Amino acid sequence: MPVAALNRHVAMKHGAGGRSMRRLIEEVFMRGAGSDAAAMDDGAAIRLSGGWLIVSTDSHVIHPLVFPGGDIGRLAVAGTVNDLAMMGATEPLGLTCGVILEEGFPIDELVRLQASMVAACEEAGTTIVAGDTKVMRRAEVDGIIINTAGIGMTHRVIRDSGLVPGDVLIVSGTLGDHGMAVMAARHKLEFRDELRSDVAPLNGLIRLALAAGGPWIHAMKDPTRGGLASVLHEMADRSKVGIVVDEPSVPVRPQVRAAAELLGIDPLFIANEGKAVIAVAPTAADAVLAAVRSHPYGRDAVIVARCVAEAPGTVVVDTGFGRRFLSEPDGELLPRIC
Amino acid sequence: MPDAALRELKFRDRGRGEGLSAALARTVAEIGRAPVSVMHVCGSHEQAIARFGLRSGFPRDLHVIMGPGCPVCITDQPEVDEAVALARQGIRIATYGDMLRVPGTSASLADAQAEGARVDVVYGIDQAIATARTSPDPLVFFATGFETTAVTTAAAALAGLPPNLFILSAHKYIPPVMEIVCEMPGSRIEGFIAAGHAATITGWGIFEAFVARHGVPVVIAGFEPLDILAALVRLTELIRDGRRTVENMFPRCVTREGNLVAQRQLWQVFAPAGGRWRGIAHVPNGNLRLRDAWAHLDARRQFAIDLARLWDEAPSALSAQCVCGEIMSGLKTPSDCPLFGAECVPDTPVGACMVSTEGTCRIWREYGEQTCLSQR
Repeated sequence: MPVAALNRHVAMKHGAGGRSMRRLIEEVFMRGAGSDAAAMDDGAAIRLSGGWLIVSTDSHVIHPLVFPGGDIGRLAVAGTVNDLAMMGATEPLGLTCGVILEEGFPIDELVRLQASMVAACEEAGTTIVAGDTKVMRRAEVDGIIINTAGIGMTHRVIRDSGLVPGDVLIVSGTLGDHGMAVMAARHKLEFRDELRSDVAPLNGLIRLALAAGGPWIHAMKDPTRGGLASVLHEMADRSKVGIVVDEPSVPVRPQVRAAAELLGIDPLFIANEGKAVIAVAPTAADAVLAAVRSHPYGRDAVIVARCVAEAPGTVVVDTGFGRRFLSEPDGELLPRIC
Repeated sequence: MPDAALRELKFRDRGRGEGLSAALARTVAEIGRAPVSVMHVCGSHEQAIARFGLRSGFPRDLHVIMGPGCPVCITDQPEVDEAVALARQGIRIATYGDMLRVPGTSASLADAQAEGARVDVVYGIDQAIATARTSPDPLVFFATGFETTAVTTAAAALAGLPPNLFILSAHKYIPPVMEIVCEMPGSRIEGFIAAGHAATITGWGIFEAFVARHGVPVVIAGFEPLDILAALVRLTELIRDGRRTVENMFPRCVTREGNLVAQRQLWQVFAPAGGRWRGIAHVPNGNLRLRDAWAHLDARRQFAIDLARLWDEAPSALSAQCVCGEIMSGLKTPSDCPLFGAECVPDTPVGACMVSTEGTCRIWREYGEQTCLSQR
């Protein structure tokens, strides 16, 4: 009985993007699911004549609703657009938007969030084509929950199980900006330099990467909850390769690094909402890197890791001083005691 | 380049790291016997050693053991029990996040919270003060940590607490436990790395009497990888040369006298008292308790804490197999524990060393060392 291994009740860690969430999905939601869902990728790929239809959905809850660099509206659009893009569908055909509101939610704020969603859709070149609204009694839901789903077409599906030894992994920019900005806003931590979320639709950037790398791009994923660590574990696990991270080359803004050090949190574990991890064969690495860097969201792109045949399924960090395993994220990030 | 980046380069420079690693290998070889065992007494040191993968580059004959340096791990069960009992009696508790899941005799604060008790996670006593101001209900700050955090509690008490805020002190004082570890039968510790942040407050001079009594050298170290490597090189040189002295390898923060203002505040509010450290021993003067002058803040004296009820519940049978104490005394490593990685994992910890991010078992679990993959 696999479910017996889980705790008897759902805990916050089951939504934190790490090991516990993966187990909950595998042991509960995957029972009797179709083979498209069984890949547990960013979305599903459905075969149609002339290509693949990519379908993805994501529900968004965040505190605070507005944070430096974005808000829940922009997040809800970017999240789904990025999930489609990571599978190769860089022209989203349309999004749906389901909103659950708490009685008493200010209409003014709702108007602002809606405008933010429209702006993000314009940036991504898509529109919201269907929607649904529910209102719940006070305290039955906390403010607002936004669900978006999206569809897009691609000729080639990019999976996160396509890595082979030798591949290099590019991150499209600095890590930890979103999670640290939200954590600072939520806990009212003040730092001298501003922390700003990176939340953004990445389909434009991915379009450039795919044009430059074509079939040499073996896998893509956006490092959201659980951060780069979670993405690398999923990739290593599903592709049966070892991954070696060159830690000194991982780009992190000085203010994010400082805040993370202060709170005792590893930037590799912090959420991003406007970054991609792209696995590419070495022969096309320079071309893809140049293409990503030519996009405004990819200026700080850099190669941070490489795949090896040894120790499949594991992720190792080369710190410059030695080597260690990278643990798989689990549970919520909690600042340490001293 | 911004100052921060420059500073970081200075203490995280790979080239210098390689040079220090080579020097360390040379010095350990020159000692000419194996193994050479040294101990550090700080969770932050173990964190840095694990986080930067330093252990994978240590000479095989050098054993760097983490001693009782995790404030969460050495908080004893009865102390956790006091906080759990207060929480179950309906008193609101504020404490550090790490303390939530530390098992008491039969329950943790997280268990009490799940049953409906009010437990707030705070990052420091200032947040507990802010929380106390939001409601007239009594709030007990479960104060844990070594002299580094005890000073913040003392300073807040001296500045004046809201009338509804009380302190349940489980603060600990490091220097006495180093004596205990040295005197343990079977101890092979030939030298100590002392924690730079604690020494910032106490000063390095405090270790001189210890060195004279026990005849083992002490080196004060900072927390960047180069700090730790340089301190280990110095410590092994002292062992090689048979020199029993205190050396300060963290002079950018630590002086001989330390922070006199902080020391004055610490001892104005707290008095040393003997008490058990979880899994280790009774440590004379190892606990910090509020002085009589501060009885009005002391949760132990202001509330009747109903501990007996907790002890009616049987402790977990697994906890009897836990070897946290021997691990923290440097006599065993986590891999010697039958529970490690099996029954005892971060999700469902049996021993306190698996709870805290500064606990030896948790750190070993999170950062297992690895050197077999092909070099870049």
